Amino acid sequence: MLEVKNLFCERDERVLFADFSLQINAAEVVQIIGQNGSGKTTLLRILCGLSDAYTGNILWQGIDLDEVREEYYQAMLFVGHLAGVKGSLTAEENLHWMMQLDKSLDKCSIAEALKQVGLFGFEDVPCHSLSAGQQRRVGLARLYLSSAPLWILDEPFTALDKKGVKEKEALIANHIHKGGSVILTTHHDLMIPGQTVRPINLDEVAVA
Amino acid sequence: MRFFIAALKRDLLLVFRHRNDIINPLAFFMMVAVLFPLGVSPDPTFLSEVAAGVIWVAALLACLLSVDGIFRGDYEDGSLEQMLVSSESLLVLVLAKVLSHWLISGFCLAIISPLVAMMFFLPEQGYPALILSLLLGTPTLSLMGAIGAGLTVGLRKGGVLISLLVLPLYIPVLIFGAGTVQAGAMGLPIQGYLALLGAILVLSLMLAPFAIAAALKISVRS
Repeated sequence: MLEVKNLFCERDERVLFADFSLQINAAEVVQIIGQNGSGKTTLLRILCGLSDAYTGNILWQGIDLDEVREEYYQAMLFVGHLAGVKGSLTAEENLHWMMQLDKSLDKCSIAEALKQVGLFGFEDVPCHSLSAGQQRRVGLARLYLSSAPLWILDEPFTALDKKGVKEKEALIANHIHKGGSVILTTHHDLMIPGQTVRPINLDEVAVA
Repeated sequence: MRFFIAALKRDLLLVFRHRNDIINPLAFFMMVAVLFPLGVSPDPTFLSEVAAGVIWVAALLACLLSVDGIFRGDYEDGSLEQMLVSSESLLVLVLAKVLSHWLISGFCLAIISPLVAMMFFLPEQGYPALILSLLLGTPTLSLMGAIGAGLTVGLRKGGVLISLLVLPLYIPVLIFGAGTVQAGAMGLPIQGYLALLGAILVLSLMLAPFAIAAALKISVRS
């Protein structure tokens, strides 16, 4: 699906990756691991087209990303470590807006998705009065609505409780089962039911 | 179009939930109008002479004051990233955001401007010129201000920089805007001035969205 070739990225005069290549196939979970500051978020931002600070090629279905940006963005769902949730809007309004931005989200089942993430009864509460974990859940509710084949998730489990993490892991397993793929960073020991996770350790990639 | 309306609705809803954002530029505009005669001279002939310039400068600064926040909230909570990885057009989104900014700043200023004009003893025949010039001129201010806001959104302290970037672009609008009001107050024809303001608006409407979208991409990606 997604292919990275000869990626070179330097930040604050420190080389994060040199000659880094990665291929993400359909029905695969790739977990990016590494110390704090090893460039996990930077890598995901590059993959999303949210950073230009690199040289190398990124190919989507074999074609350079710059040429197929629109199709790529339709097929990709990104949850950053900032959730993109507006504090003054309610959970439902936030999801409505996310749907406007992302055509791959299923319009009919907002209420269902909020129920799935355990926010049933909180639809009409402005998000700033929800807890950090609940706000995170609002952002992650998109995963229940999404039909995009590629998910890029940056620290999706931050602030989630154990049950929440389990549910998300089950959701990822379901997504893989349907032929989708997931790239994520997390410090959590990932246990995807019925799937093996391919780890990419950035500490080994970096040039000392 | 559907996306434009959705984006506009969202921004107006956000403003409605943070009412300070509306009140701030208006309060600034009114305060300048109230304090200026106190500080300089309450003489009606003097005030009516300077009315056009002072009202336009106050309106311009009120716009500048509020334009800094046009993308800041979205940048800070990650919404802007989501907008950039969306397959929807960034140009449409940017236009919706600028329109919502204009509705809460320039449009409201134009509506309350007769009140301020009254305090400045502006001759009554100048009122239509004042309202029309503000209605035609302030959208340009919002569009050009948004370019600066897009460029500085990634900086922690963009406030000063945005003024430096944007003020030179504001000057033609100020000159023709205040000129319209002055001509109107003296009973001279104002169509020429309005045509110029309109031309500047059309030009910036055609070009600014591209600049704003590019500025946002630069700010987020670098």
